[in-house]
Amino acid sequence: MHTKSLTELSQGLRNREFSSVELTQHFLDRIKRYDGQLNSFITVTEEVALAQAKAADELLQAGNPSSPLTGIPLAHKDIFCTNGIKTSCGSKMLDNFVAPYDAHVVSKGQAAGLVMLGKTNMDEFAMGSSNETSYFGAVKNPWDVQAVPGGSSGGSAAAVAARLAPMATGTDTGGSIRQPAALCGITGLKPTYGLVSRFGMIAFASSLDQGGPMAASAEDAALMLNAMVGFDPRDSTSLEREAEDYTAQLNNSIEGLKIGVPSAFFSEGLDPRVAAVVEAAIKEYEAAGATVQDVTLPNNHLSVPAYYIIAPAECSSNLARYDGVRFGYRCDKPKDLIDLYKRSRAEGFGSEVKRRIMVGTYALSAGYYDAYYLKAQQIRRLISEDFKQAFSEVDVIMGPVSPTPAFNLGEKTDDPVTMYLSDIYTISINLAGVPAMSIPAGFVDNRPVGLQLIGNYFSEAKLLNIAHQYQQRTDWHAKVPAAFA
Amino acid sequence: MSWEVVIGLEVHAQLATRSKIFSGAATAYGAAPNTQACSVDLGLPGVLPVLNQEAVRMAAKFGLAIGASVSPRSVFARKNYFYPDLPKGYQISQYELPVVSEGTLLIELEDGTEKVIGVTRAHLEEDAGKSLHEDFQGYTGIDLNRAGTPLLEIVSEPDMRSAKEAIAYMKKLHSLVQYLEICDGNMQEGSFRCDANVSVRRVGAAEYGTRAEIKNLNSFRFVERAINFEVERQIELIESGGKVVQETRLYDAEKNETRSMRTKEEANDYRYFPDPDLLPLVVEADFLQQVKAELPELPDDKRQRFMTQYGLSKYDASVLTASRELADYFEEVVQSSECEAKLCANWVMGDLAALLNKNDLEITESPVTAAHLAKMIRRIADNTISGKIAKDVFEAMWAGEHDGDADGIIEAKGLKQVTDTGAIEKLVDEVIAANPGQVEAYRGGKDKLFGFFVGQVMKVSKGKANPAQVNDLLKKKLDA
Repeated sequence: MHTKSLTELSQGLRNREFSSVELTQHFLDRIKRYDGQLNSFITVTEEVALAQAKAADELLQAGNPSSPLTGIPLAHKDIFCTNGIKTSCGSKMLDNFVAPYDAHVVSKGQAAGLVMLGKTNMDEFAMGSSNETSYFGAVKNPWDVQAVPGGSSGGSAAAVAARLAPMATGTDTGGSIRQPAALCGITGLKPTYGLVSRFGMIAFASSLDQGGPMAASAEDAALMLNAMVGFDPRDSTSLEREAEDYTAQLNNSIEGLKIGVPSAFFSEGLDPRVAAVVEAAIKEYEAAGATVQDVTLPNNHLSVPAYYIIAPAECSSNLARYDGVRFGYRCDKPKDLIDLYKRSRAEGFGSEVKRRIMVGTYALSAGYYDAYYLKAQQIRRLISEDFKQAFSEVDVIMGPVSPTPAFNLGEKTDDPVTMYLSDIYTISINLAGVPAMSIPAGFVDNRPVGLQLIGNYFSEAKLLNIAHQYQQRTDWHAKVPAAFA
Repeated sequence: MSWEVVIGLEVHAQLATRSKIFSGAATAYGAAPNTQACSVDLGLPGVLPVLNQEAVRMAAKFGLAIGASVSPRSVFARKNYFYPDLPKGYQISQYELPVVSEGTLLIELEDGTEKVIGVTRAHLEEDAGKSLHEDFQGYTGIDLNRAGTPLLEIVSEPDMRSAKEAIAYMKKLHSLVQYLEICDGNMQEGSFRCDANVSVRRVGAAEYGTRAEIKNLNSFRFVERAINFEVERQIELIESGGKVVQETRLYDAEKNETRSMRTKEEANDYRYFPDPDLLPLVVEADFLQQVKAELPELPDDKRQRFMTQYGLSKYDASVLTASRELADYFEEVVQSSECEAKLCANWVMGDLAALLNKNDLEITESPVTAAHLAKMIRRIADNTISGKIAKDVFEAMWAGEHDGDADGIIEAKGLKQVTDTGAIEKLVDEVIAANPGQVEAYRGGKDKLFGFFVGQVMKVSKGKANPAQVNDLLKKKLDA
């Protein structure tokens, strides 16, 4: 059952081949059996899952499912607040935090009849590219448990790759859906900023954070996206648009598709073996009738420095609420107020989070604001302009997701700058707010490599179509790590 | 060497919205601690602010009322600092681009001269909660009911030159925000409070002196006292060879002094930056047009109208337009009594104001309604009662006799004025007959005794005789 697509699972449930309770139990069993090796879940919500499955079965039996996905299980990244269930954000700071509300994404999932298996592991407050900054321990890559799964949605990526969940939510601030999707060999999509409500999604960098689907295939991701998108008046940056069926264009022909390939994405720092996989994937598109041309993103090289000003600046402010006063971790026996603040935050946050808070605080300080934050915002506008220009020439931009395949656990933990530089291909997308995907395109040393598809604003259906057409011609997305088959 | 005082005020007016500026929690004052703080006010993880449009409408109203520009695009910024009653670790405010900028307010000084005070800007922001230090031994309690309450911070130019001017400005603002129905003006509850920036310089100096900011003044009296104390402190300091340092000072009402809270060096670096959770605030021209159409008559316009329409003096018009409710009351009295406006003004500003004052009541709480007062004034005008008797009638109305109905009271107490010439003549004759000595003295040239006869007649008539007729008849008989 765990290798079936969402469409197959949906049909199976409707045809009474299996019940939602059976399906859910199957995944719960797999989590029990395998997650000791992967550490992809922080919390498994067995009781909730079985109760939701039972309710879904009733709807299915009554012939009244609330959506095509009714009765199918999913996992939520532990950044999404879940009413009555611990929401840790991968941090000691929130190890004791039980949200009194559901994130919009969580309630939308419930409304669609989805079954929550649990909450997946992640880099602390979504800050990291390897899932090693989690207070709950690193997640292992199912393709090679010596390797990182990527981050920050590493738990979701690993759980889907090992088929411990048919799909999982992720969030992407600078690549946190796409990079772990690439490193774990699954399909992940970061939607246009504003498409998925941020309500109840714990903030890292508010102007960049965006939730999105992580699943085995583009078709699954499209179905899942249908259950995530929707205007939410509780999020002022949520966009009010007419509802769209993201599966509608999946089978469109891509004959004549204009692919832009920025030479900047294939320069120094890119592992030539990764480059070869990406180039082969683009060739596959050419074989399907697409044309390839060069596009320039002249300011892409500025994206990492701009991002590492803007994201920490916002995070330094967003994380100020974790002060030990109202909820979350509080240090033992504080002497006074300052001691309470200092020790609660020093003890409750991990080193990567503290590093970014300090960088952001510095960047916003009087006398530095213009040189750092304002400058970074100017670069951000230039980067958006670059994409607008590029999309006046091409339909989609393709390139690598990550310069290397998954690296080994512990390999880069002492070198934050190298870690930051590995975000070079994903960060500009968040700065511009455009949508992008990662799809499995091959392997290097038995570790998956992803192909990145970047689209213009609101082109999710088109991107999913382009990804789906590739997946019709290849089977990288269908591969499951042998140890978890 | 004489000194010039320079004052600028920052007034925080709590906007009278039903819910908070960025959440749906109620803003009502006085609820049990933390019962009016929702997840947004508590700053829980993952929650987001959503701007209350009503607060924007109120800010726009204010902007239009002071002839300011209401910005088509303004930006909410985060002011970052740690404090236990600041749940998110930042206050959402407006920094570089406020919603209202460059307005003016006309103030009137005691000697009748007028002065224009510049309003630099007014911006929207959220209030913080309260720290309660008294009730918990060794602990501080936090009440977040107030957290997220909308405030309009109104910043003046340093245009005021005395505590009196500052008070006049603050009172004018206080009246205006109530006119506009954007703030209840309740200073005890902190709905209207102010910080004062005070400096002194030698008369004729080109540069401003170094200023001190006095925090959180919540009564007109405190503002005046604090400024006067601070001015003296600064002058003495400079004259004794010292230097004023830029700092924030706190006014201690009990000791009537200001004392240093923190110097400029100790001030927080608030690390302002645009709040990424909120889009820039866009005020459309249509919306502004609609707000403009809804604007009530403003105090200055109303005062002018009272002078021209009712022929009132500037002073009377100023007093009667000090609040919208008082002005409305007065106009209702005029309209429903159909009597001379000056007579109505005298009653509203005189006996009514005195009793309200004595009982510490607002005009809206007056036990005598405008309609009832109008009815009584009509009885004065149509000679049913004299002005003097009217005072008794009014007191009975205030006490609620006959449901405040003047006619009922006049009837029941037999206060109706005697205007029958025959009856009055009879009383006059009695008095003349009873006081032969005084009659002789009067006729011998003691004119002053005329008042004595009037008093006697009124006395025997129990005040009910028409005074004009009494005068006429007495004159005729005594001078005959």
